[in-house]
Amino acid sequence: MSVTLRTPNDPLSDRLAINTDLARKVLSSFIADEIHKAGMKRAVIGLSGGIDSAVSAYLSAEALGAENVLAVRMPYKSSSADSLSDADKVIQALGVAAMTVDVTNMADPLFAQFPEITNLRKGNALARLRMTVLYDQSAAWGGLVMGTSNKTEILLGYSTVYGDSGVALQPIGDLYKTQLRQLAKALGVPDSILQKPPSADLWAGQTDEGELGYTYADVDQVLFLLVDERYTVSEVIEEGFDAAFVTSVWRRVKANHFKRTMPNIAKLSRRTIGHDFLFLRDWA
Amino acid sequence: MRLKIGLAQMYPKLGDVPRNLEKHLQTIDEAAAQGVDLLIFPELSLTGYQVMDLVPEVAIRPTMDDPSFRLLSEASRRAGIDTVFGFVHQDERQRFYIASAYLSLGELLHVHHKIYLPTYGMFDESRFFDQGENARAFDTRFGRVGLLICEDFWHISPPYLLWMDGADLMIFTSASPSRGLDTSEIFSGGQWVELVNQAYGSLFTSYIVHCNRVGFEDGKNFWGGSSIVDPNGAFLLKGHYLDEALLTCDIDLNQLHRTRSRLPLLRDERPELMLRELDRILTRNHR
Repeated sequence: MSVTLRTPNDPLSDRLAINTDLARKVLSSFIADEIHKAGMKRAVIGLSGGIDSAVSAYLSAEALGAENVLAVRMPYKSSSADSLSDADKVIQALGVAAMTVDVTNMADPLFAQFPEITNLRKGNALARLRMTVLYDQSAAWGGLVMGTSNKTEILLGYSTVYGDSGVALQPIGDLYKTQLRQLAKALGVPDSILQKPPSADLWAGQTDEGELGYTYADVDQVLFLLVDERYTVSEVIEEGFDAAFVTSVWRRVKANHFKRTMPNIAKLSRRTIGHDFLFLRDWA
Repeated sequence: MRLKIGLAQMYPKLGDVPRNLEKHLQTIDEAAAQGVDLLIFPELSLTGYQVMDLVPEVAIRPTMDDPSFRLLSEASRRAGIDTVFGFVHQDERQRFYIASAYLSLGELLHVHHKIYLPTYGMFDESRFFDQGENARAFDTRFGRVGLLICEDFWHISPPYLLWMDGADLMIFTSASPSRGLDTSEIFSGGQWVELVNQAYGSLFTSYIVHCNRVGFEDGKNFWGGSSIVDPNGAFLLKGHYLDEALLTCDIDLNQLHRTRSRLPLLRDERPELMLRELDRILTRNHR
């Protein structure tokens, strides 16, 4: 797909620049607040070796103390060795509690029943198995399951329903990938994690950007204009972005909205959950 | 005349009136011990902000037969302090308002009902509350004062009306959520509030006192940043973001005459012209 690239000096790319001190302060306070409101003091986090879970882990350790964070590595047999070692760097740097749960023996019996299973199905199943491990550890360890999703992937729906989206709180869900990188750098996330291309690590050489068909640098700018700045699709195209690219991004945002909302409840009574039973999640 | 203002930049617990009330009573004592004359709590300080279907449960009446109000009134009298607090007001006909009350040494001088209820974007106030109908100044032992709540001062007319009604000290309270992260020191929403408050101080040659809450509700963060602008448009207090604090600052009401001698904007203001022209504009638009 042809994408009109903005130059690094273009002021538009500057709009994604953030005050990382402010983000760090608010997000670590948010984590502490959410977990303490739930009557807990601990968090469980799946550590993939990527930048998103690394940032969530750094913020969690800062918010709760390293001793209150359990990092769980959940490799599958095809996971790259780099993923494990990068996750280990985070564990060592933070001094958090850690465990490794290999999900191969959970996944392969399922996959064996369906010889025709696709990589997409495998990827989704692995994400849901990892969620199962994390929620089990949530009960065993007494901590909330920490989310690791960023705004770019939540908007694009580049996630698995009830998999990586199955969490108790989402500290980095309002930061685009481009912004998350700035925060990661400020937090001191190891270079090998900052430098490597983002990947779901399902097969060798898989990258997010290869699968999505565009770079985070480009799509973040388009999403920022469409979502944060409320530009119409045609206004974004007028800014110089490729029409097919912008249209496909917006179509993807719309098509995946179901992943961002609770399932609809069919209304029958005078007062229905999800319709007119109106309380904050923090009510409890 | 000098007075010490206290700004209780607090984190109210959503829906927990007894706990918030206890915090008010403690803060009143703490402020009195620091010599505060006028202590201001943020918007909906007794209830938390997004009360939604909790509205009937957390509402109070500003009368001595209401136990929460009576305790606040008694604390104000006992501490020898004036105080402004935020609550959900249930009137005699079961209508609910976002309200602020001004207590002077235990005596209720004024209740303001929020006039502008933001119902857009992340805000949903009109679904749960009735809108206030008055912007009125009132006399206190510190001169004539006006009270507004959050969105009220995002509109220019309520502060202008208070100015015309004689308020030299405007007290603004907020539950203002953080939004708009860029490279600045604070969120763009906070920058906007600081900008307009500085403008009001400058344009009205008056004191603008703003108390905003902190903490979180469902992922929304409240940025604090409580501030005081003097009649010259200068910040006397600013920059205390995100954390709970009891901020205090002395103000000198004599600055009003000094500034207005130099810059007689109030003397030269022509509200009758505004009224005439507004009448013409509204009449024309209604034809």
